[in-house]
Amino acid sequence: MTTLLQTHALTKDFGGLHAVKHVDFSLEAGEIRAIIGPNGAGKTSFVSLVCGRIEPTSGSIVFDGQDITRMPAHRRVRLGIAYTFQITSVYANLSAYDNVALAAQRTLADGRGHGRLHGLTMEVLARTGLADRAGRPAGSLSYGHQRLLEVAMGLALKPRLLILDEPTQGLSDGEIDGFMEMVREIAADATVLLIEHNMDVVMGLARRITVMEAGTILAEGTPAEIRASEAVQRAYLGTEAA
Amino acid sequence: MSFGPHLFLATLEGLVTSAVLALMALGLSLVFGVMRVVNVAHGEFYMLGAVLAWWVASLVSGHPAIGFLLALVISPLIVGAIALVAERLVLKRLNYDPEATIVATIGLLYIIQQLALTFYGPQARPVEAPFNYRVLFPWFGYSGYKLSIIAASVLVLLITWFVLARTRIGLVMRATQYDRETAQAFGIPVGRVYAGVFALGAMLAAIAAVLIVPISQAHYLMGLDPLLLSFIVVIIGGLGSLRGTVVAALLIGVSDGIISAFFSPTLAKIVATLAVAMVLVFRPQGLVGTQSR
Amino acid sequence: MSGATQKIVLLHVGVIAALFALGFLLPEYHHGVLARVMVLAIFAMGYNLLFGYTGLLSLGHAMFFSAGLYGAGLVIYHLGWNAAAGFAAGLAAGAALALVIGLLALRTTGVAFMIVTMMFAQVFYLLTFYFSEWTHGDDGLVLEGAARRLAGLDLSDPMTRYMAALALFAVVLFATLGIVRSTHGRVLVAIRENEARTKMLGYDTFANKLAATVVSGVICAAAGAAYALLFGYVGSTFAGVQYSILPLLWVLLGGAATTLGPFLGTLFMYYAVDVTSSYTSAYMLVVGAALILLVLYFPKGVLGSVRQRWVRWLP
Repeated sequence: MTTLLQTHALTKDFGGLHAVKHVDFSLEAGEIRAIIGPNGAGKTSFVSLVCGRIEPTSGSIVFDGQDITRMPAHRRVRLGIAYTFQITSVYANLSAYDNVALAAQRTLADGRGHGRLHGLTMEVLARTGLADRAGRPAGSLSYGHQRLLEVAMGLALKPRLLILDEPTQGLSDGEIDGFMEMVREIAADATVLLIEHNMDVVMGLARRITVMEAGTILAEGTPAEIRASEAVQRAYLGTEAA
Repeated sequence: MSFGPHLFLATLEGLVTSAVLALMALGLSLVFGVMRVVNVAHGEFYMLGAVLAWWVASLVSGHPAIGFLLALVISPLIVGAIALVAERLVLKRLNYDPEATIVATIGLLYIIQQLALTFYGPQARPVEAPFNYRVLFPWFGYSGYKLSIIAASVLVLLITWFVLARTRIGLVMRATQYDRETAQAFGIPVGRVYAGVFALGAMLAAIAAVLIVPISQAHYLMGLDPLLLSFIVVIIGGLGSLRGTVVAALLIGVSDGIISAFFSPTLAKIVATLAVAMVLVFRPQGLVGTQSR
Repeated sequence: MSGATQKIVLLHVGVIAALFALGFLLPEYHHGVLARVMVLAIFAMGYNLLFGYTGLLSLGHAMFFSAGLYGAGLVIYHLGWNAAAGFAAGLAAGAALALVIGLLALRTTGVAFMIVTMMFAQVFYLLTFYFSEWTHGDDGLVLEGAARRLAGLDLSDPMTRYMAALALFAVVLFATLGIVRSTHGRVLVAIRENEARTKMLGYDTFANKLAATVVSGVICAAAGAAYALLFGYVGSTFAGVQYSILPLLWVLLGGAATTLGPFLGTLFMYYAVDVTSSYTSAYMLVVGAALILLVLYFPKGVLGSVRQRWVRWLP
């Protein structure tokens, strides 16, 4: 297995707040990795550093052998990193079709995909179950469907690393099952890095789990190992474990 | 007059400019700080203050000080009332959207300017100073009234600082500035705070105008230049910061006075405007202020 | 060509054809007005590209119009260049200025961007006074008729002037139509709607915004240069803040982010001021009230509302 993503001593300080502290992280190609941890653990800050939304205070990020620490976000996307926002960030006034087309347009321009714009866009919409809602303005979709649209935009970028930030938040149980199926399909072509609070999703999807707390990695391992870890139970599952 | 005294004179002139500028810029800064909107019609409130001062003074005969003091009280109140109406009718309905507010206040600028032109006319008219006392320096005589402008401005600034920092009203304003939603959650009537702040900003501009009108005349176009200078002061001083505004006003006013006296006024304006644009481009929080939330 | 595209092209060709016909039908006064309106509408279209489509509200576009105006005017008046060279000089000046301003101003957003553009424009305005030895400041320069000849045609002749204005107007109209329907145009709209998202889809938003600024500047400069050539007068008033606010008003009125909105807004506002001027000199009141009413009740403008309610395919 090749290492797709690596961070060395990655650190982010916001004024006095140490959001991410010297994190060494490694991700193999083809994995489905979940990052879990209590609120404020630094999960979103960490993935924001990886995809380039924010700049690190110190440390480095290597993607597929290339140092991308100083690379602007839009160029990282072209290298193959896609990020879906934690707080839904679609183009509310554009149709679902136009939303995905903007991503697909980029993919075709960069040569990451083949075929024509319409075909690629409809393929992605069908895959995420949004094909029959393609003409509707994204802002008029239900919350769950807007989350799916976020994922669809990520998919349309044909990424090598797809980062999903709390994708199932607000979805119904039925929608979550469908979502998990979709992620398993996606993982056949891409590496998936997933921030989640829903433990069923985490345990069902992830091959390995990284637990973060207060800006550092507390533990890493298979779902079984994490479930058994006392340190994790103390820090995260906390009062429930007893 | 040799260089030293000439410099001193230019500095005094600059201080007078700073005094008036500080008040006007403070009004603009407060409005931006608390409401997060830019009022492009601010210069017109200034102009209205001057025009209304002339009108009040023209109604009163007798010692000029009576007319002047009356104007100093009445003019800001009327301007404040007009600002209040504009805020309730327009700004509130726009929900204080920054870009829409700028467009709307531009419209307000045109309306007020036109009304002044129609009812006041295109002429420049003077108002008599409340007293004529010449302070005699070794090298030249200087208008005592001008010095009193500086004193008056300092007084108003101190009062404003006191209200902001030490009273409950000031606390309410600062809370609203810091975090609008939380302030609302604490029961602060944000709508009324906004209306009050907008009116206060306009009144400060009007007071500045009433102070300056005895030495420079009231004219319907007099609002544009001070508006731009105020923008410059507010940006350099940091939006929403009282201390920064005062420091910047001193800097801009005095250097404007000195450059204008020794070089051309146009060049002074060019340099100042360009410098400030560059500051805003490279340091959006200004030279003194802290990053706004 | 798809059905929608056909309709769109036909509509725009129709507008040009109608204007062409009016060139022969209008009485003298309105003939001159329409020529002027068309040139100013080009200015508005340039502004619309940056404001309506990209979402960047500049309060300094007078400087781009004036770059074209002075770029053409100065070389014709002082260096004796011919009209074509003057026009090219105007375009070059606009492009250069827009590039520099864009590199600086695009580091800011929102309110700061508005103020920065306004300040740069103010500097430009003051410079026209500072260098009044060449620009004659407020009095301005009057370009001799002899200098205003293009390909043997006299540009000061009303019919030639009208057709020249129409020709440039048509070119710019179809150019903007092409831009907004292209990939780049869709990215500009995406930037307007959600810049953070657009970056995360892999688009270099700064480069896109800079390109839009330069194109906008060139179009506005073309309007300015055309104005100098067709109406023969170059003066400081055109660099004043009023000429930064007017295109905003015209675009808002006609409909931001529509191709034909700027022309409609310019036309309507010109006549509104014209008509009210004959009753009262209080035309500023009209402008001010119009701005407030528009932003309060009709933020989409005439064509914007039409598009939203009835004609969804309007570009």
